Amino acid sequence: MKKEHIAQTVKDYILKEFLPGENPSAINETTPLISGGILDSIATIKLVSYLEKQYQIEFKAHEFKDNFENIAAIVSIVDSKVAAK
Amino acid sequence: MKRTLSRLLDDSAERYPLRTAVEDVDQNKTVTYSELGYLTDLIRGALVERGVGPGDRVGICAPKSIGSVVSILGTLKAGAVYVPVDASAPPERNASIFNDCSVRAIIVARETLSALTGALGAPDIEPPAQFGSLTQYGCDLVLLGGWEEAASRPAPYHEDLAYILYTSGSTGKPKGVVHTHGSALSFVDWCSATFEPAGEDRFSSHAPFHFDLSVFDLFVPLKTGATLILFGEESGKAPLQLAAGIAERGITVWYSTPSVLRLLVEYGRLDRYDWSSIRLVLFAGEIFPIRYLRALKAVWPGPRYFNLYGPTESNVCTYFEMPREVPADRQAPLPIGITCENDRTKVVDEEGCEVQHGNEGELLVAGGSVMAGYWNLPEKTEAVFSVDAAGVRWYKTGDLVRQQPDGNYVFLGRRDRMVKRRGYRIELGEIEAVLYRHPAVLEAAAIALPDHDGGASIRAVLSCSRGVVPSSVELKAYCSRNLPLYMVPDRFFVLSCLPKTSTDKIDYQLLRTLG
Repeated sequence: MKKEHIAQTVKDYILKEFLPGENPSAINETTPLISGGILDSIATIKLVSYLEKQYQIEFKAHEFKDNFENIAAIVSIVDSKVAAK
Repeated sequence: MKRTLSRLLDDSAERYPLRTAVEDVDQNKTVTYSELGYLTDLIRGALVERGVGPGDRVGICAPKSIGSVVSILGTLKAGAVYVPVDASAPPERNASIFNDCSVRAIIVARETLSALTGALGAPDIEPPAQFGSLTQYGCDLVLLGGWEEAASRPAPYHEDLAYILYTSGSTGKPKGVVHTHGSALSFVDWCSATFEPAGEDRFSSHAPFHFDLSVFDLFVPLKTGATLILFGEESGKAPLQLAAGIAERGITVWYSTPSVLRLLVEYGRLDRYDWSSIRLVLFAGEIFPIRYLRALKAVWPGPRYFNLYGPTESNVCTYFEMPREVPADRQAPLPIGITCENDRTKVVDEEGCEVQHGNEGELLVAGGSVMAGYWNLPEKTEAVFSVDAAGVRWYKTGDLVRQQPDGNYVFLGRRDRMVKRRGYRIELGEIEAVLYRHPAVLEAAAIALPDHDGGASIRAVLSCSRGVVPSSVELKAYCSRNLPLYMVPDRFFVLSCLPKTSTDKIDYQLLRTLG
């Protein structure tokens, strides 16, 4: 699966669920999501749950801290999990 | 000898030295009662060496861990007052809390040290002391300070103070709720008498230590010689691992806000595990949404379930045991319950006169578990207490209730603009105060609306300087630099100007109807 496709899927979900009505150009792959107040703990769980279903993968607790700060990091971990299946 | 919270540890360390006192799930470490006694003595010694004595405040700024438990108990052993803060909150907010109560010293995780010292702006920060003996428990904590000038600012209360918990303040500044050893022990003793914990019990801890639910976690198992199992921030975010962890560790007593269990029910796939060890499930912080309660009882049918109610200012003051069966057609929330045996309650009208049984009014609490007052806010403290003819101080909760014929109180709403979100108290005024400091913002209003999960969704409505409209992304980032994450609004709306009432005040009623 192409990384660009994963990035677009993640971005679309974040815009739809957590930034409704926002101009899509307001976020890019490096926009801080957790420290930027866009993903709080509940939002992170919703996003993880969505990604697990969408790509048939599973996340572990320790993987949350460093891999959800921006879309680029999320794409990277999703891509590695998809590749390892 | 006078009873204190730290005596609970001394007693248990003497009686049950080899029992496990604390397990840290994230670090996979454990500590026995005897080790806990030794480690807290080290902290006490380091504090005393820096001049910390009875009544001095000690800030605790560290993630939940064995190290932070040791820091809290070591502070109490030194006779000092612990002031826990959210280590992940903006450093400026934490620094303003520590300045507000003029801490004598701070125990801080090394990873947050430089951000905190920068925000404190204290020119004379001494080289910090290390706590090498805690590194084997995965904790890298250092001790800052011993500041002399703090000693010249004595506590505004004469009793033996134990801790100060800062909660959201309506004027934009957090306020410190001051509890004594007596008020905390009144609550702990009531819990012991009501829930009858045993040494074999295994308590799960989900609340952070700056949140009042942690008073139960820290001291009820300690009094009994039971084991506390710490689930940290990371575990709480992973319902699948959390569910597995709870089942594997044989938790017997669960205490959390409903939001943690709601996530478990929704995302934790609870039906895969054996839950037979759980005997008691306690909730506090907000009302449990009934549809999730039904789902939870379907997978955890065995335990007894209680809802505990009480503001930080009074500790738990009413409790309600949930019925074995929740009627299928019941939609209304369950009551907050009857008065705890160590407290007294009454319901009053706007003039402060007791209402007739069954009528709506504000709930007032008096008794052993009520706070001493707010830190350095004498007028605010006076305003929230009403003293009756017999000289009894009644804390005015601000919660509107009605008493049912069976004696149970039903929660109806708030008298002010405080809301609950995931168990946390939020003063909408504090969010507005931060938004008003944004250079582009002319007017700001924060409102809370019920969300589809039974919680609260926060909306901020703004008007901005001509031609300068920040994006939601920018506003969220700005708020997260100035507020804890749970206070960052979910959505922002920008209008040309905010609607006003006939008296030229912001029309909150109208704002609530905006789509």
